[in-house]
Amino acid sequence: MSQLLQCPKCHGTMRTYNRSGIHIEQCDSCRGIFLDYGELESLTRLEAQWAAAPPPPPAYGQPGWGVPHGGHHFKHRSFGRLLFSS
Amino acid sequence: MSVATLIPELLRVGQMLAEDGGEPEVLADRPDGVVVKVAEVVVKAHPTGTDEEALCDRLRAASSAMLRGVFLAPLSMPDGTLYTRVGERLVTAWPAGTAVDPQDPDAAPWEAAAHALARLHTTDVTAVFPAGAPPAGGPRRVARAMERLRRIDHPQAKVVRAAYRSLPAWATGAAVAPPPSRLRGLTHGDWHLGQVVALAGSWLLIDVDDLGVGDPSWDLARPAAWYAAGLLPPEVWRRFLDAYRAAGGPALPAEGDPWSVLDIPARALVTQSAALALVTAEREGRGLDEVDTALVTACARITSMADVS
Repeated sequence: MSQLLQCPKCHGTMRTYNRSGIHIEQCDSCRGIFLDYGELESLTRLEAQWAAAPPPPPAYGQPGWGVPHGGHHFKHRSFGRLLFSS
Repeated sequence: MSVATLIPELLRVGQMLAEDGGEPEVLADRPDGVVVKVAEVVVKAHPTGTDEEALCDRLRAASSAMLRGVFLAPLSMPDGTLYTRVGERLVTAWPAGTAVDPQDPDAAPWEAAAHALARLHTTDVTAVFPAGAPPAGGPRRVARAMERLRRIDHPQAKVVRAAYRSLPAWATGAAVAPPPSRLRGLTHGDWHLGQVVALAGSWLLIDVDDLGVGDPSWDLARPAAWYAAGLLPPEVWRRFLDAYRAAGGPALPAEGDPWSVLDIPARALVTQSAALALVTAEREGRGLDEVDTALVTACARITSMADVS
């Protein structure tokens, strides 16, 4: 199983990587990549899924200058101040 | 007329309008806002220099049928007008409602307030201001706060001024039109949680002084600023936003990032609040408390972000 493939191009040693459930062999010397049967299709499918489902934009969010890690609050004191004109 | 001589005059107006007597109460006695209460009537002296014509239009707007259940309507004076004069001050009378309890943050009516704002923002400006609407407060209030900051000498003032300088001109009260991407509509102009009262089971908006045509997102900017400065818990902020959106509030995109709209007004409100926090601390002869410090620190972050962008 752990039989090492040889790069068909430069005859270097190919190492197996697992990326999102897809095995790829990459040559340690020339960085060339070998895909097994069906693996190119799997990659294409994954790419399509990625493009189809962009992450939803934040519904509440925070501006770039917002306080990191949720803030301080000081519940009573800051609440009282929220009730007055400034 | 001094505050001390104004108060008995306001109480007299209140006693004239109240059905029963009752212990008169002074609710506010700042030079720019004197408010008294007699039984079920509140009487307010508007700041010196209040534009009489604009106040008159704003009182009519608050009385209009379209804002019933949204804005507290003024009481009429015995002669049928909506305001009277005490010395050089314009004076109005209102039904007394129940304010938000400062001791009980958990009971704060965030959803009801968001609904009232959403309804205000969806009301046609020309319907409530047929003769043309005065400008809403918003950016002018930022400029006024910075003006007050200029009159004191506080070591942190430069931090606040730097944040102010990072704002676009239209957000600083300068006579520059906001970009066309900004919404224009009926706007409260100085909204915060102290600007709602409960009356007969409904939470209504109060204070017509800054009501007019403006960018409605400014009415959401105070809680936004407080949240971004770390002073309003995220779950409260979410409740407020959800309720505003659920009520069809037009100032925010229906979904997605609200900060595309709120960023500038919230930065402006942090600056305004920090400026007045320094003015107040100076007047009271004390150091900055945690809330003041959180606001000034937010100013510093605003400036450092503006520097890199």
